[in-house]
Amino acid sequence: MSNGNMNLTLKVWRQKNAQTAGKFVTYKAEGISPDMSFLEMLDVVNESLVHKGEDPIYFDHDCREGICGMCSLYINGHPHGPKRAITTCQLHMRSFHDGQTITIEPWRAAPFPVIKDLAVDRSAFDRIQQAGGYVSVNTGGVPDANEIAIPKVIADEAFNSATCIGCGACVAACKNASAMLFVSAKVSQLGMLPQGQPERYRRVQSMVAQMDEEGFGSCTNTGACEAECPKEIKLTNISRMNNDYFSAKLFRQEELHEQSHGE
Amino acid sequence: MVLDAKIPAGPLAEKWSTHKFNLKLVNPANKRKYDIIVVGTGLAGGAAAASLAELGYNVKAFCFQDSPRRAHSIAAQGGINAAKNYRNDGDSVYRLFYDTIKGGDYRAREGNVYRLAEVSVNIIDQCVAQGVPFAREYGGLLDNRSFGGAQVSRTFYARGQTGQQLLLGAYSALNRQINAGKVKMFTRTEMLDVVIVDGKAQGIVTRNLETGKIETHSGHAVLLCTGGYGNVFYLSTNAMGCNVTAAWRAHKRGAFFGNPCYTQIHPTCIPVTGDHQSKLTLMSESLRNDGRVWAPKTVELAQKLRKGELKVTDLKEEDRDYFLERKYPSFGNLVPRDVASRNGKEMVDEGRGVGSTGVAVFLDFADAIKRLGEDAVRAKYGNLFDMYYQITNEDPYKQPMRIYPAVHYTMGGLWVDYNLMTNVDGLYALGEANFSDHGANRLGASALMQGLADGYFVIPYTVGDYLAKIGPKPVDTKHPAFEQTKKEVEERIKKLLALRGSKTVDEYHRELGHIMWEYCGMARNEEGLKKAKGLIQNLRADFWKNAIVLGENEELNQSLEKAGRVADFLELGELMVDDALMRKESCGGHFRIESQTPEGEALRDDEHFAFVSAWEYKGDNQPEELHKEELVFENVHLTQRSYK
Amino acid sequence: MSEFKQTFNSSLGKKLIMALTGLFLCTFLIVHLGGNLLLFKHDDGYAFNVYANFLTHFPPIEVIAYILYLCIIVHAIYALVLTIANRKARPVGYAVTASDNASWQSKNMGLLGSILLLFIVIHMSDFWYRYKYTDSVHFKEYRTDLSSGERQSIEFAPASADFENSVQTVNNFEIVRVKDLHDRVQTSFKQWWYVLFYVIAMVAVSFHLKHGFQSAFRTLGWVHRKYTPIVEFIGTWLFAVIIPLGFAAMPVVYYFTRS
Repeated sequence: MSNGNMNLTLKVWRQKNAQTAGKFVTYKAEGISPDMSFLEMLDVVNESLVHKGEDPIYFDHDCREGICGMCSLYINGHPHGPKRAITTCQLHMRSFHDGQTITIEPWRAAPFPVIKDLAVDRSAFDRIQQAGGYVSVNTGGVPDANEIAIPKVIADEAFNSATCIGCGACVAACKNASAMLFVSAKVSQLGMLPQGQPERYRRVQSMVAQMDEEGFGSCTNTGACEAECPKEIKLTNISRMNNDYFSAKLFRQEELHEQSHGE
Repeated sequence: MVLDAKIPAGPLAEKWSTHKFNLKLVNPANKRKYDIIVVGTGLAGGAAAASLAELGYNVKAFCFQDSPRRAHSIAAQGGINAAKNYRNDGDSVYRLFYDTIKGGDYRAREGNVYRLAEVSVNIIDQCVAQGVPFAREYGGLLDNRSFGGAQVSRTFYARGQTGQQLLLGAYSALNRQINAGKVKMFTRTEMLDVVIVDGKAQGIVTRNLETGKIETHSGHAVLLCTGGYGNVFYLSTNAMGCNVTAAWRAHKRGAFFGNPCYTQIHPTCIPVTGDHQSKLTLMSESLRNDGRVWAPKTVELAQKLRKGELKVTDLKEEDRDYFLERKYPSFGNLVPRDVASRNGKEMVDEGRGVGSTGVAVFLDFADAIKRLGEDAVRAKYGNLFDMYYQITNEDPYKQPMRIYPAVHYTMGGLWVDYNLMTNVDGLYALGEANFSDHGANRLGASALMQGLADGYFVIPYTVGDYLAKIGPKPVDTKHPAFEQTKKEVEERIKKLLALRGSKTVDEYHRELGHIMWEYCGMARNEEGLKKAKGLIQNLRADFWKNAIVLGENEELNQSLEKAGRVADFLELGELMVDDALMRKESCGGHFRIESQTPEGEALRDDEHFAFVSAWEYKGDNQPEELHKEELVFENVHLTQRSYK
Repeated sequence: MSEFKQTFNSSLGKKLIMALTGLFLCTFLIVHLGGNLLLFKHDDGYAFNVYANFLTHFPPIEVIAYILYLCIIVHAIYALVLTIANRKARPVGYAVTASDNASWQSKNMGLLGSILLLFIVIHMSDFWYRYKYTDSVHFKEYRTDLSSGERQSIEFAPASADFENSVQTVNNFEIVRVKDLHDRVQTSFKQWWYVLFYVIAMVAVSFHLKHGFQSAFRTLGWVHRKYTPIVEFIGTWLFAVIIPLGFAAMPVVYYFTRS
């Protein structure tokens, strides 16, 4: 072991499955290099657990470069750990110090039930997207890409909303376990682009309805989601969504017409 | 057996349109009588599942991740090529075709590659219509950049997250069909085998990763869109979950494996820091547009740097060897990926590597910062510099980056014909999972193009032809093959769970990775490959005796998941070595030390090796049988690549 | 009708109601403070008492007053409903929570609101209820010499229990007889604990509105690069500083200066 390696105490949430109760279990992580990523540190702990014949700690992860949105640990009171604008897999052990105690918990929200240990079921997010997070175009038969001119600022702003990785840190961070930042990112992206206009008001209504059905809390504009979002999705998206939603629900006649026919 | 690639006759530019006309159609009213299984939900799988459902087929889609949006296509950074010629700089379908064939070192099919270039233009239209926020200019039209040394600007991009945006586009199309009830989505579900009924693929066996439940699913066709096998090297830029299991299971059920030894090694990755390393992070190739690659001139200087006796910023200009610029004056730092990678490795092998491990070279932006200013460099590469800083804790604005090649993409994969069907009827392979379009080397920004081309614009036509031929009769799920295959899967799981040895699955995987990287990596020779074959065989035998696989089947069991995947890698690794041994030429990503020009460049042997190798599985621990599909070049003239 | 029900039962609809009622209450505060500044006049409560009399006897204002009470109740009930739903969304809490960038007040609107509700109940029962529905607030008679402007006040005991107010001019004297709420104010603001409670409540108003005012605009979706800073400026300076300071100054000044 080279110099600068650390010994840490981990308090990890262990839960066999959704049906059983969980509890914190304490583990020692020894000889941890500051160059390791947080997940590599857990790999090391898991290897030693396997050698001892104990069940390794389960956590979701995949790309390990901050883009797939699969990793989801609540570390010392922060989703994705104490550093801003990164995911857990991009967090390195040099952000911690020798002898530190690290508490690792799963995302906590009723619509995100724990599956095992630190992994939760985020299929609620998929169902919200399925409710309307798309532009209804079939493959083929679309106009030439350059027939739709989009002002650069609009395209850039839509891109900023589109960078959401669907990790759920916003829900984890929000004191109300609200999914508004996630939902509004998609609503905003498509609501700003010309391609998304035909379904703009329909989309926002169905996505919000699904969000409510999943049991997420409501938004109090505290901004905790924005502060913890690894992709720095802005709170303004929520306002944009609200605006569209109220327009759709209260003012746009064709939407009301559509609903009375749709039921 | 003669492999029939079913390339349509006729002039190159008319092959695909002629073929589309000749393909049989399924009556619209009959489409809902067909079930199609799509495994994997990346660009190829997501696009295919959505497009087929739009046509009216019933689709069952499967992914091992918790959501289809997480497929590893999401991590592609650079961009997607399309022959739109929006720049008026001389691009055309033919030029994209030609560049791809040449870039692939003349080991791809003309017909497939031309079709790829042809449909590339539709892909961009489709993605824009879905709301994919590509980069734009102030006039509101799409921006392009030149990528990977291409002479024209044909790459469309969405900052450094093109793959993410394209995947989210396909994911949204897929979501729309899930909502419409035309796609049934199975997440956290891993495919463990193909069910073959009377020579036709008619179903799959899956394991629900949450509950461990083993299930069979039937369909009139099975599409494998399961990505590449770069993780056979343990360390690669692939996601942790990427695996070869679906493709390998299909291979063991009769599908031929094409060109397994063609591996792409990407030159600009962040170097390994130690044994704990779990994966490698790629930094976009675009860095080489402004960064200069160098190593210390002498071994002594490199040693001093490694020990920290000398700071890199103190190293004098004359002590730096800009080896790419020196050896390739006309292309310089922009030589293709394989050339850049190999030269980096040479420096390290000579002892001139840098960093604490000595396994890296420098990529220096000092000149670019001097020339363009720090702000301009930040605007172009800011996100990459931040990423580098996060991982290494070194500031690339102040000192050169350290880079080293890493496994990135596998050109090989299941052998498919022009219709993307494997030699097993009804079994298709799309995207990185097939071998088809990149030859021996893939050009930058072409992977996204191929995945989406296969999914959106090829398979919807070609699968219909097969379905029309077999007719809409429901699949006989009572056929004993379903029960039999399921039983075999269960037995294998039991066998794995009985392993209570002393070495973890990760340890085997890491060891396999070392062998592959050492002997079947950037440069290969007969002696090393033969040695590797023995080592892999021993490792595999040891695995089945000595591995530890904990827990039981009926739970979320990562030990078991990994064990199944590593067991397959241990078999694939040997086939890759066999293929590399057989191919006594150098081409693209496959560099045989015995076959090089006097200047040390890859030397092809077109007379003996202008063929696709397609390997047939012959039983456990039996040598596989080689089939050759001769490559016919009617339109391009084969030349030796030169980047001098 | 079900259209409306559906809209206002959605999480966003409930937030809309919170925002609209909250903003209405904010506008009321401006009016309330403006009127109550009359307390600072050294006129033995004449202007204040006349103003109080006007508010309670001018029908349109009375209508608005009842809308106001309704808003307070709706705002509180919806806050409760939303809070319960929000709690349900996280049945299992975290073992460790660290400070994040979210402001303290934004995370404690419920606590602040509860203090305010308690304050409003006490405040209204002390003044509004007593004034309107009990005899505990006595009458006062102001005699103003219209030629010199000099004013005198004396206690006044109405002959009939139904008496509410009267204004007469006799011999160039204006005689105004109204309930002496000012006296009630003086009595209340003599007690230190009462003053302290008022000051605490005004601190709560400050924090509640620091977040609430701009948050209402966000909820309504009125966010704009150009105008949002103005909203934030008003929310901070007018609603979180000037208004609470103005209200808090009244009991403090009365406590220390009036005998």
